Amino acid sequence: MSSGSEAEVTAIGSPVGPSGGRRDRLAAALLPPLMALALAAVVGDLLILAFGEAPREVYRLLIEGTWGNAYGLGQVLYKATTLTCTGLAFAIAARAGLFNIGGESQIAAGGFAAGTVGFLLPAAMPALLAVPLLVLAAMAGGGVVGAVPGALKARFGANEVIVTIMLNFIVLALLNYAVSSHLHVPETLHTPEIAAGVIPRLADFSSTFRGSAANLSMLIVVAAAALLWWYLFRTRRGYELRAVGLQPDAAEYGGVRVGSVWTRAMIISGAVAGLGGINYVLGYKHYYEEGFATGSGFLGIAVALVGRNHPVGVMLAALLFATLSQGGLAVNALVPKQMVDVLQAVVILAMVTSVPEVQRVLRAGLRGVRS
Amino acid sequence: MIGIIFLAQTIRIAMPYFFAAAGGVVSERVGIIGLSLEGFMLTGAFCTVLGSYYSGDPWIGLLCGIAGGMAAALILAVATIRFRADQVVAGIAINLLAIGATRFFLRLFFNSSSNSPRVVGFGGEQSAGGLFATFGNPIVWLGLITLPVLGLVLYRTPFGLRLRAVGEHPQAARSLGVSVNRLRYIGVILSGALAGLGGAYLASDQHQFTDGMTAGRGFIALAAVIFGRWDPKRVALACLLFAAAETLQIQLQGLQLVPSQFVEMIPYVLTIIALVGVVGRASPPAALGKME
Repeated sequence: MSSGSEAEVTAIGSPVGPSGGRRDRLAAALLPPLMALALAAVVGDLLILAFGEAPREVYRLLIEGTWGNAYGLGQVLYKATTLTCTGLAFAIAARAGLFNIGGESQIAAGGFAAGTVGFLLPAAMPALLAVPLLVLAAMAGGGVVGAVPGALKARFGANEVIVTIMLNFIVLALLNYAVSSHLHVPETLHTPEIAAGVIPRLADFSSTFRGSAANLSMLIVVAAAALLWWYLFRTRRGYELRAVGLQPDAAEYGGVRVGSVWTRAMIISGAVAGLGGINYVLGYKHYYEEGFATGSGFLGIAVALVGRNHPVGVMLAALLFATLSQGGLAVNALVPKQMVDVLQAVVILAMVTSVPEVQRVLRAGLRGVRS
Repeated sequence: MIGIIFLAQTIRIAMPYFFAAAGGVVSERVGIIGLSLEGFMLTGAFCTVLGSYYSGDPWIGLLCGIAGGMAAALILAVATIRFRADQVVAGIAINLLAIGATRFFLRLFFNSSSNSPRVVGFGGEQSAGGLFATFGNPIVWLGLITLPVLGLVLYRTPFGLRLRAVGEHPQAARSLGVSVNRLRYIGVILSGALAGLGGAYLASDQHQFTDGMTAGRGFIALAAVIFGRWDPKRVALACLLFAAAETLQIQLQGLQLVPSQFVEMIPYVLTIIALVGVVGRASPPAALGKME
């Protein structure tokens, strides 16, 4: 385990490059997120003041409504589970040098696959069989959607940013068609309930979590994050993937087939996003409903950025963004919950602008120290 | 007569695409990816309503809409040009910012989470439809000439040559004394103005702002830019094609020939086909998305 934690630090800091010691790399990894949060706090203060409220009071309410009680905590954990999946999805593609902007449709496809297979299952099927089956269905649903841009990039060089964005619209329209024309329960926009494969909620074990959506899907997702870490940093395939992300030409020269790595990375990425669908479909409502994860695909980009594309960082960042998002509801009486949408965007912008800037400052600082 | 109504409705639907796609062409031609057109439009639409509401004058609303789009574009420009932020992520962040900020200010100014009150606009009522409502709207005429004028500027003026050079080969442009960053700022902010105008059209056409009212039109405009291979003339035709498909779907709604979802997909599917290069490969400006 000790070797594991060391590798994490190296990996988080790796974007800085080979120069600089471990502490510098850790600083380079932590500084941008901290700066981004500081900037978000300033913007948040301004928005709160614009609404004529006291920032301190609003922040107090935000913390109280999230980490201050079991229900709030449960909601944070629930949202963090979904965001971990979309964040990991963006992160693994980014490690291969690809932008997966398709998280929105991949998680929807995953949820749809789990929901549809789920209501076709015989009701008598034991959970030990049904849950893994539906988890695989969710991953397959997202993976198929991810495979398309991966293959088109590998085969035709089609820009994956545009393809994933266009696919979002196409896939969501297809799912809308499938559900609204064929699969919905009358008067609703959701599919029938799954017959087997329900994942228990925390509230089933402890009544303090009553009403919150948190469920044991989070364990599956944490396991998936650990597996991804192992894949990225401990296997040859993962090494190839990161090599392609850093320098595709050099990787190709080194004997890596860049095209297949791209395709593989996008399939994994889509599958992980799709896995996020189980949180709602198996763990919460037990059916697929249109728009169940709207926005989480895009928010996953923010999560991956703040988490520096590292599984552990992604999980922490997911908790942060889940807190913001649940906290928005907690403060809605004082300031519009839409405030947190603005803050999330500010965090992303601050992250993407501060990363190159911080690195430059750090490098300049290092040069200064050496000379 | 049916043909004329069809044409009028197509033009009406194409209008926001014309403006936003023109913005997309300018932005991508100077090398900055047009992922934020949606956010520029949404900001433009909101600022239009805000301006019209407080001034009672649709023209002031229009100017506010353009200014709003430019302000959003300025953020993107500073992030990507000054700070060299990643264009894809920054572009998406601008969209999220626009969604969040318009919702927040909708609550702040109009105390609503769904829509603004009715404001003055151009042209006739939405329900009136037909020729007068469309061609009585002065912005429509502006929209019809935007892409042709852009084509003239890009291909027939020294300024246009410089814009294109910056997106194709910035080093070469710089060696000839062209200020690459200045032209990129101009290109992105112009793109914000144009897309903001597209949003202004939407808002003044519907006489109000509703949450998320651009509904992906910025991405359809981006699709038109790519499908039209970054050439204003082809882009204009792509906008018309996408709008005609939508019009056809609206007109045939009662018949249920094809599910509406499949018609909605047309622009996106065509764009992917164009990217894959089955019918003539669409190749973007050489320096698109790259910062040297």
